[in-house]
Amino acid sequence: MIEVVNISKSFNGQKVLKDISAVFEPGKIGMVIGKSGSGKTVLLKTIIGLHTPELGEILFDKREFTRGGIKFKRQIRQEIGMVFQGGALFTSSTVEDNIKFPLELFTNMSKLEMQKRVDFCLDRVNLHNANHSFPAEISGGMQKRVSIARAIALNPKYLFCDEPNSGLDPQTAILIDRLIKEITIEYNTTTIVNTHDMNSVMEVGDTIYFIHEGQRWWKGGREDIFNSDNKELNEFVFASDLYKKIKAAN
Amino acid sequence: MGTVFTKPVRTSIFFRRTLEEIEQIGVDSIWIVSIVSVFMGAVLTLQVAINFEAPYIPQYLIGLSARDTMILEFSSTIICLILAGKVGSNIASEIGTMRITEQIDALEIMGVNSANYLILPKVIAALVTFPLLNILSIFLGILGGYLVSYLTGVVAVYDYVYGLHYVFVPFYVTYSLIKICVFSVIITSVSSFQGYFTVGGALEVGKSSTKAVVYSIILILLFNLILTQLLLT
Repeated sequence: MIEVVNISKSFNGQKVLKDISAVFEPGKIGMVIGKSGSGKTVLLKTIIGLHTPELGEILFDKREFTRGGIKFKRQIRQEIGMVFQGGALFTSSTVEDNIKFPLELFTNMSKLEMQKRVDFCLDRVNLHNANHSFPAEISGGMQKRVSIARAIALNPKYLFCDEPNSGLDPQTAILIDRLIKEITIEYNTTTIVNTHDMNSVMEVGDTIYFIHEGQRWWKGGREDIFNSDNKELNEFVFASDLYKKIKAAN
Repeated sequence: MGTVFTKPVRTSIFFRRTLEEIEQIGVDSIWIVSIVSVFMGAVLTLQVAINFEAPYIPQYLIGLSARDTMILEFSSTIICLILAGKVGSNIASEIGTMRITEQIDALEIMGVNSANYLILPKVIAALVTFPLLNILSIFLGILGGYLVSYLTGVVAVYDYVYGLHYVFVPFYVTYSLIKICVFSVIITSVSSFQGYFTVGGALEVGKSSTKAVVYSIILILLFNLILTQLLLT
């Protein structure tokens, strides 16, 4: 479980996160939604310690992460899997080497065991015959799958996904969403997904946090979205005619 | 800097990374160092020969001045100015691209000390290979002078070779090696720093690369002066 308690973060005197609190539970996908520039990515990067908040604390299974030393943070981070918006795959390494990387660094697996684990992870994300390709040689959807495969290589307790289906076609996006959902349930990971894609929210979101101007504006389940009377949330969710029609139908 | 010079997580991976960097930083620079050194030695010999036309100046001084100039200045300082352009820009753009494509963030989130993982093998690789390139450059520069004296006759080969042996000061080689070791650390650390702290996009990676070369060159020239004052006077 990840608990975010009253965190605030500023850049150059401008408050980007204002007193945000949230709880993300194991086996469930917590979604952080909001407009571009609302502070979603800053929130995610603050939770994983790439930014240090001025106020508040972050607890990973009751372990206070924010004020911990660098060694403690690195220890916790070995329990984290992260899927970046752009994949963040190591461009000079093959698909296989990208997934092997955390295994080589943090496990004592033999070469054979490592190969088995790589094959398992690639199989888990339905990616075949791409072991020896370089990231630049595969499609965006495949890169996202490799990124997920790398993220789950060490059986993480916490999975973070920053816009995991941005730049993907709707069919591939849904496949990626479902894959994240399956992994979350299968490994009981505490998953946090940053997105502004309402299809993702409606497909796999368990708990949804709506961030507006750096504040936690709304929290609820995906079914609650349609019944909310929160003006800013409604403007964000029902920006498209399709969702306006769905709301009218409800 | 403190985070760079810490114990690597896995020695075997660090060793492998260092070997890769030795190839990229050192082995891949052999051709440019060789070409520059041969031509520098050849031109140096020609220029000295032209300026030593007076009959009362012994011809063997051409060989001596070619040797000492290659050892004292060209094979350390000038070669490092060239390597600052080749290796420095390469390091800054490689690490800068990793920064803007979130690859460094990915390393950090995996619990890897990214500065140590990325920068230390480059510093070690440069420290190992640059002195070897220095020795190669001295040898090829002197060979370039020899070829010019043999092919053009601007100086008798015997005189040139006699000059190479005349009043040889072994400490000059030590001085040259000390300089190139310092310069190797300057090039790799300055370039890595510029790349590591790149903020923005592709344009900023280009700017970091340019800054890496400019700052490295300025620091090399400054330390060249300081080290010469400290070691030779």
